[in-house]
Amino acid sequence: MNNINDLRYREVLIECLYQMADDKLLLGHRDSEWLGCCPDIEGDVAFSSIAQDEVGHATFYYQLLHQLGEDDPDRLAFGRDASKWRNCMLVERENDDWTYSITRHLFFDQFDQIRLQAMCTSSYEPLQHGVKKMIREEYYHLLHMKTWFKQLGRAGGVATQKLQQAIEKLWPDVNGMFSFAGIEEDLLRFELIQLTPTEMRVKWEAEMKALFQQANMSWPGEFPQLKHDGRKGEHSAALKTLLLTMGEVYQSEPSAKW
Amino acid sequence: MTEEKQYASFMERIRAGEKIEATDWMPIEYRKLLIKLIHMHAVSEIMGAYPEKEWVPRAPSLRRKLAIMAKVQDEMGHGQLLLRVVEDLSAPLGRTREELVSDIYHGKVKFHNVFHMEARTWADAGVIGWLVDGAAIINQASLLETSYGPYARVLKRICAEESFHMQHGENIILALAMGTDAQRQSLQTALDYWWESLLFFFGPQEVTPAAKQMMHYQIRLKTNEELRQKFLDKYVPRIQSLGLTIPDLSLRYDDSQKKWRYQAPDWHKFSQIVTQNKGPKSEERMLLRKKAHEDQQWVREAMRNHNISISSAL
Ligand SMILES: [Fe+2]
Ligand SMILES: [Fe+2]
Repeated sequence: MNNINDLRYREVLIECLYQMADDKLLLGHRDSEWLGCCPDIEGDVAFSSIAQDEVGHATFYYQLLHQLGEDDPDRLAFGRDASKWRNCMLVERENDDWTYSITRHLFFDQFDQIRLQAMCTSSYEPLQHGVKKMIREEYYHLLHMKTWFKQLGRAGGVATQKLQQAIEKLWPDVNGMFSFAGIEEDLLRFELIQLTPTEMRVKWEAEMKALFQQANMSWPGEFPQLKHDGRKGEHSAALKTLLLTMGEVYQSEPSAKW
Repeated sequence: MTEEKQYASFMERIRAGEKIEATDWMPIEYRKLLIKLIHMHAVSEIMGAYPEKEWVPRAPSLRRKLAIMAKVQDEMGHGQLLLRVVEDLSAPLGRTREELVSDIYHGKVKFHNVFHMEARTWADAGVIGWLVDGAAIINQASLLETSYGPYARVLKRICAEESFHMQHGENIILALAMGTDAQRQSLQTALDYWWESLLFFFGPQEVTPAAKQMMHYQIRLKTNEELRQKFLDKYVPRIQSLGLTIPDLSLRYDDSQKKWRYQAPDWHKFSQIVTQNKGPKSEERMLLRKKAHEDQQWVREAMRNHNISISSAL
């Protein structure tokens, strides 16, 4: 039921693409802050290649948005006020230490894989095509993050202690990934997506619980209620700082070609 | 075979243009010269990632963001490949990867002068990609014929990637050169700042005893000055065609000598920067490397103890 001329269809499609694009760009940006600072040179090379995939995916979504009449992709990325961003809070948080960055990435990649799978038969064809290609790349990210998580969990000592702290710090942000800011019913109705947020979370929990077990980590329990919903434009100071940095050169002369 | 005979047959192989491999017999002097050169090269790649790393978060378009991320990743990758070559060479001397990396912030290994300098603007990041990588290619391409096989093979791959870096830098530069007044001005300012460092990059004019030995063993085949002249051959016309002014009024091509005449860089200032890590950014970047390495030793330990290769999962 692809009805791109239906006003509401267009509206929720656009909203949903912003959510995905903004998630990806910020995660890729945060990843890239690790450049030159990873625990070893090998890790640096691997993490950077993941970061590039994320920014590449974001670019794809911004291009779709542009085709739907939204602003130029660069202006969307570098010239938008924080209140317009639709990412979940999890991806805007500062990097903290290695365990935090790895676990954040793991949590997000698992969510992303479920979201992408739920879009494999999306009624919007350009999205459907892109999603199929991205799933392949995301598969490797997820594998990479799961491997790290298991290693850090099983290592014992400082690594496991820090991993435990990272999980606790991330826990309140988990629910935010599954927010669709009120468009979820329309997304389903228009067959843009095949699962409800609750169904996605159930899948996510099942995958993560199995992994936690393999990593000898205990499950922290219920997810706290969301205090601020990034998907509704409610963001932390960390995002504002990030956007100032990311837009610094672009905004010095927004009309220039770079 | 006596040591003397081994040495004679080794030199015979060098003269015949054969490649020496890691497990072959080699004079200790040859090994040490290789370690010195390749270790410095590896560390320069790693430290060379920092000036641009500073601009990765601020790249002004999605396309540039992706390109500069890829470029910095390549540089780290070069560092990794080269470190492996040094690791093999220094294993018989009892040195480990951990030490090869910590040598950086203990000041036990030098890195190129350009990577001690500040990248103040986006135009600086562009000039680094264009001219610093341009200089590096000239240097690295001249080493492709090196007598040490493992180094030659890694260089081949590095050179292929470096030519993309140069294009990336050139693209940034072209956009600025054809851009607004402020963009063109920032480009000229960047060139003014980097020029002297770029000339110094190739090293002193005189052939030092170590350089002489490296040429004796055909580890390297060209002198510093030959490489600098090549750089000028290639880039002076390109820079001028963009309407930029090279900050050296005395620069001219001497037809009778078939050589560029240029205002020599301040050798003393830059050698202080390199040997004593006294550049504007030396300390800050070495500290970053130290933090990355020492503060995250627990991560490497956690990995070692459990022995599943992370990178191979990718
Ligand atoms: Fe390189
Ligand atoms: Fe390069």
